[in-house]
Amino acid sequence: MQLDSKIPEGPLAEKWDNCRFSNKLVNPANKRKYEVIIVGTGLAGASAAATLGELGYNVKLFCIQDSPRRAHSIAAQGGINAAKNYQGDGDSVFRLFYDTVKGGDFRAREANVYRLAQVSNNIIDQCVAQGVPFAREYGGTLANRSFGGAQVSRTFYARGQTGQQLLLGAYSAMMRQVAAGKVQMYTRREMMDVVVVDGVARGIVCRNLITGEIEKYSGHAVVLATGGYGNVYFLSTNAMASNVTASWRAYKRGAGFANPCYVQIHPTCIPVHGDYQSKLTLMSESLRNDGRVWVPKKAGDTRKASDIPMEERDYYLERKYPSFGNLVPRDVASRNAKEMCDAGHGVGETGLGVYLDFADAIKRDGLDVILRKYGNLFQMYEKIVDSDPGKEPMMIYPAVHYTMGGLWVDYHLMTTLPGLYATGECNFSDHGANRLGASALMQGLADGYFVLPYTIGNYLATVEPVPTDTNDSAFDASVNMVKEQTEKLMKNTKSGKGKETVDHYHRELGKVMWDNCGMARNATGLKEAIKRIPEIRAEFWENVTVPGSGQELNQSLERAGRVADFLEFAELLAKDALAREESCGGHFREESQTEEHEAKRDDENFSHVAVWEYKGEDADPVMHKEPLVFENVTPSQRSYK
Amino acid sequence: MASKSINILVKIWRQNGPLAQGAFEEHALKDISTDMSFLEMIDVLNEWLTRKGLEPIAFDHDCREGICGMCGAMVNGTAHGPDKETTLCQLHMRRFKDGDTIVIEPFRTQGFPIVKDLIIDRSALDRIIAAGGFVSVNTGSPQDGNTILIPQHVAEQAMDAAACIGCGACAAACPNGSAMLFASAKVSQLALLPQGQQEAKKRAINMVLQMDKDGFGNCSNHRECENVCPKGITIRNIARLNREFMKASAAIDH
Repeated sequence: MQLDSKIPEGPLAEKWDNCRFSNKLVNPANKRKYEVIIVGTGLAGASAAATLGELGYNVKLFCIQDSPRRAHSIAAQGGINAAKNYQGDGDSVFRLFYDTVKGGDFRAREANVYRLAQVSNNIIDQCVAQGVPFAREYGGTLANRSFGGAQVSRTFYARGQTGQQLLLGAYSAMMRQVAAGKVQMYTRREMMDVVVVDGVARGIVCRNLITGEIEKYSGHAVVLATGGYGNVYFLSTNAMASNVTASWRAYKRGAGFANPCYVQIHPTCIPVHGDYQSKLTLMSESLRNDGRVWVPKKAGDTRKASDIPMEERDYYLERKYPSFGNLVPRDVASRNAKEMCDAGHGVGETGLGVYLDFADAIKRDGLDVILRKYGNLFQMYEKIVDSDPGKEPMMIYPAVHYTMGGLWVDYHLMTTLPGLYATGECNFSDHGANRLGASALMQGLADGYFVLPYTIGNYLATVEPVPTDTNDSAFDASVNMVKEQTEKLMKNTKSGKGKETVDHYHRELGKVMWDNCGMARNATGLKEAIKRIPEIRAEFWENVTVPGSGQELNQSLERAGRVADFLEFAELLAKDALAREESCGGHFREESQTEEHEAKRDDENFSHVAVWEYKGEDADPVMHKEPLVFENVTPSQRSYK
Repeated sequence: MASKSINILVKIWRQNGPLAQGAFEEHALKDISTDMSFLEMIDVLNEWLTRKGLEPIAFDHDCREGICGMCGAMVNGTAHGPDKETTLCQLHMRRFKDGDTIVIEPFRTQGFPIVKDLIIDRSALDRIIAAGGFVSVNTGSPQDGNTILIPQHVAEQAMDAAACIGCGACAAACPNGSAMLFASAKVSQLALLPQGQQEAKKRAINMVLQMDKDGFGNCSNHRECENVCPKGITIRNIARLNREFMKASAAIDH
């Protein structure tokens, strides 16, 4: 596997210009002769579809939900960063770049992150022009708020629904292209394979989720915008249908998978409350601005929060990190909550929770002020937990939220499989080992509106503009592979041997991943996971029951296919975590910590992207390294004391 | 959170396809934790059905945090169930009592054909947006965001309308099967903002025409839609759509 990052020549600030100038162009009359397949309609997919349609390309767009507007970008709450410096508080493209590289613990490519910061301002302008109702000041100018990991106010937002509003903006732009006939929309389709003809991506195979039919689609290039793999942990803040299948199938067809062990575990989520639980709900990070985190000093204390006097409470973040206090970055906050609960100080019925207490803020500012800031979050919490955070402290616990790892891409966002692109959370590119708040929306839209539309032309210009078809035998081979898998998944039910449900195995996998590959990892635990995952996989194929048939709408079958892929992918994640013997960002190896139990990076040995190459069903994957070179910033050890 | 368990009887709609005959199926569920969400209750039922070798109930859902708009069903005759401004996934079992009978049906309206069990086809809502629910601005280099000033209260009003999640509860609750609340939310958002002015007339006319084409009825002020809307969108938006539509119809330049 060749890893050519294609980082352009020149000084950092000129690289993107140089890239755009040296790119080959497709002339306007020829654009209509090209077909681009885009899988996924979240921010990255919808924005790319809209823009490519506007440019004149023909787009075939696929999503698993009933409408492109359901994609999980819709659930993002907080906001989107941009280096506008509207507040005049010292922001700049370079500062946004620096904060993002540092937040990622110096494990991302400088050139990519700089470009992200450069186009961040265009995103805001574009979204405003579309009619996205961003929050405004009284005078009508755009409002900003602050977010973790930055000392400037650069986050644009639309109440607590920024993701929704940005997605609906991209969706509207895309629906305009649907009406114009430039984007063909295929809903309720799940991508099952990438079709490779003569070494390049030329199409996909999908399952039509309504009819069960396996369908073939061809194009001159394929773009995956299929999101992250957080659901490998079973419980996460991801939507129920979020999955790794598209990326995993691409990996098996030759796309390298980068840094799968980088998973972000968000500190402020509603704790798990029962075995039946299906997902976890995030409470915005902004709550830590006014809420104080604490646990009882005495392990196993079961008194009500209000019965525990001040001197018997441990405000551990304020105690351990006096300068950042409750506002330490996500990874630090999460790890500390886990440590407290592991030591028996956890609260709630399960003992897996810590208090986030607003009592002092309410006393200081009044309940009115606090409700104005967080009213919708308090309501959401009360609906789920049946307790009013205005009266009793919230209980929170960390949960899997975002995955920084993903398909390896070069500066053009192309994977190691020519003609196959990956955008948004589905690629590995911009967040290094930890993503800062309000940066996911920025990256999804940067990729879709302002990067891919430029770089994909450079590839298409080398492809002959003749109509594509699905006649190549590779398409039929993929269809047969998918059909065989369907039969294999359903065989236990037919033979009457199947005993356990898909969710049973998914839960079991999730527990192994959470216990051994979660917030803190060590070699023993990871080796245990690497041993245990293939066992669960074998049990799954032996015993899983999938009722119904493959020729109809069958949600059990859909889930079974996704879990089957998670069961393979999980092993790669654990292997990557074992190989990375340093702590960085969201990846904390217990063997690599400072005397004060903080994450210790090892730049000498691990300043690289780990890229895994598939070598076949029974062979071990091979790791390749893309060295990370820092010419414009100096990697430093993060400290929040 | 004081968790307790209840026993309930669920009468749930089963229908194998758009043209198949449907019927209610009854299931007695024991020891349902009141901390469960409504959809988790259906998950439990489905796990039980699967273990029995029976087909689980097909239902749409995704984010389970009330924002994607994918879930929805009639619960005891009310779209999304008894709680105000709450999607089905955010409804919790503590809302029900021990011994309750819960009747669950798909959203029923001409514009949303049933696909299977509780799953319906809401693609008509996408077609209504495609008819004009956008601002025609290509990706490129629009003017700086701050050159378009929008007073705070106007931005807030636009945001109130833009909060629509496209779940379709409004059309399901309407005796006329009208999607006016849905269409008016988008028309209002853009009519309130300067960005939406250039295409305001075309937008109002085309979106209403598309609504008619897809078999939705008209609004006759029953207000059932705003009563069930999980995002609290008011029928003031429908009044605004009517004004926009009349203005557009009277003009000749669209």
